Amino acid sequence: MKKFLGFVKKEFYHIFRDPRTLLVLFGIPIAQVLIFGYVVTTEIKNIRIAILDQSKDDVTREITQKIISSGYFELQQNLESSEYFEDIFKTGDVKEIIVFEPDFAKKLGKNETAKMQLIADASDANTANLIVNYTSAIIGDYVQKENKLLNIPMQIKPVVRMVFNEKLKSVYMFVPGTMALILMLVSAMMTSISIAREKEMGTMEILLVSPLKPAQIIIGKVIPYVSLAFINAITIIALGYFVFGMPINGSLTLLMAESLLFICLALSLGILISTIANTQQMAMFISLFALMLPTILLSGFIFPIENMPVILQGISYLMPPKYFIIIIKNIMLKGTGFIFVWKETLILMAMMMVFIGLSVKNFKIRLQ
Amino acid sequence: MPDFSIDIQNLSKTFGPVKALDDVSFQVEKSEIFGLIGPDGSGKTSLFRILTSLLLPDSGMATMEGYDVVKSYKIIRQITGYMPGRFSLYYDLTVEENLAFFATIFGTTIKENYDLIKDIYIQIEPFKNRRAGNLSGGMKQKLALSCALIHKPKVLVLDEPTTGVDAVSRKEFWEMLKKLKQQDITIIVSTPYMDEASLCDHVALIQKGKILSIETPANIRNAFSHPLYKIAYPDMYRLLTTLRTFSEAVSAHRFGDSIHVALKTRTGEKEVRSFLEEQGLKDVALEPVRPNIEDCFMDLMNDTHD
Repeated sequence: MKKFLGFVKKEFYHIFRDPRTLLVLFGIPIAQVLIFGYVVTTEIKNIRIAILDQSKDDVTREITQKIISSGYFELQQNLESSEYFEDIFKTGDVKEIIVFEPDFAKKLGKNETAKMQLIADASDANTANLIVNYTSAIIGDYVQKENKLLNIPMQIKPVVRMVFNEKLKSVYMFVPGTMALILMLVSAMMTSISIAREKEMGTMEILLVSPLKPAQIIIGKVIPYVSLAFINAITIIALGYFVFGMPINGSLTLLMAESLLFICLALSLGILISTIANTQQMAMFISLFALMLPTILLSGFIFPIENMPVILQGISYLMPPKYFIIIIKNIMLKGTGFIFVWKETLILMAMMMVFIGLSVKNFKIRLQ
Repeated sequence: MPDFSIDIQNLSKTFGPVKALDDVSFQVEKSEIFGLIGPDGSGKTSLFRILTSLLLPDSGMATMEGYDVVKSYKIIRQITGYMPGRFSLYYDLTVEENLAFFATIFGTTIKENYDLIKDIYIQIEPFKNRRAGNLSGGMKQKLALSCALIHKPKVLVLDEPTTGVDAVSRKEFWEMLKKLKQQDITIIVSTPYMDEASLCDHVALIQKGKILSIETPANIRNAFSHPLYKIAYPDMYRLLTTLRTFSEAVSAHRFGDSIHVALKTRTGEKEVRSFLEEQGLKDVALEPVRPNIEDCFMDLMNDTHD
């Protein structure tokens, strides 16, 4: 036991004396949460638009007013002719142009169809789609209100409610995803690198020759990272809660326990990587390619799994972060208890067992 | 009690097409310094790794203090002090932390075995709060030796401990080994430096995984059968190339500021002089010289080539 504690102490020395390790451990998680929270966002806000109003009557003005006062749009410029449309988009500021045809109100009054045109800059397809949808919704809303006065006999009005994320805040999506990503990276990459470093420096030779058991070496390597990754998990949840207003509707204890489970899983994966990689560089590349990209792309963190080709959907079932993200979303947003996440928890545990089993089998008590 | 500290029988090890060790057998007596001399890639490190249970031999067997290095690897790991070719220290830990760490993982403390390492450690103690990465080569070596000794091993396995270390530190290092020998520690040490061989009790010359000869340093030198001359001339390159064309010469090798030339029996000083004069090399400094270990090693290597 004393041998083991001595080993753990040494690991902490390694971590706290290497500024780069400290940066990866504490700087990157905070930076990533803030970046994902503030920058990567699927909401639209203050989108600049231009309007070509060829009618200039009460109705067009009212619609324009409604669009601008919604908060989503900001009127950049009033156009006089349709000649410069492309140039306006090329400058990049304006994302949408709204065109009202001449005699807009008159046509409406005569019960004819009045036309307006929405031209969006689709060089960013998702944003263009969102902008057009938002604008159409505002116009639709206006039309419905007007119709009420006209008293049309039959109407269907769907009332939409976005449960668990009423305002469709993207932070709610990114905090769980970032947490999965960071815990995975910190735990797996840092352990695999630190074990690979012992191999590279030749100190592994001495450790193997020493009476330390392989299990003691591995657990000794892992313990510092478990505690540090756990601090990371708390930091991320705290940032989400205090800075981005992410709710924690479920049990905090359960959330922490699940995070701990995921950390252990990631660490076991890190050990597995280190049994394959002989240099720090190789360990880092394997961690980045085998862990980071799949975590971002295939876990449902950014792209919905349901929209993927069937093969990728199948692969996504093998991604541990996928289950972790489901679990945290359930606990934080839906406030569900363990009964609703036991299946995912079990899958994570099983994966961890497999990784530990493989690592133990792969760990060599000798060189080669 | 076994008679030998280390007993190696018909050990072989191959890495792919390379024969690292080819049917190696030898014994090391208790508390002696046994030197393994050979060029890079001759199989020294592989042999040491098998002895310290880090590698498995393909065939053959080896015991240390009576324990089989394959079957009883756990005991082997308790009784050996191993200093790998590269100084395996933690460069981000201080001198004292390194030593304390290795003491701890071998289940002992610095205090307990301080007597054993005192002579060595006292020299680096003034720097005990310095990070190991900032030490000079000689100090790193002393620290590594202290770390290898801290658990009071019965056998000390040192893989090229003096490579990359200055001449003064090398000398000091061998003094230390002599002292350790008196503490009943068997030392097996490899080195590419021939001059260090004469400091061992027994020397094994190894090349391409084969042991060429095992003798005391004195016997190895006595076994050298050719008359040997030391020749110096301002244009050393010309001298060397000329001597290599001399039909009576067995070998010619450069040693610093002179050339050692071994002759076929009976050929004497005069013949060499006249041959060189014929070739236009006048007034060469020539004197007979006692063979050193390196001469013997070169000679043995030539024999195996033939």
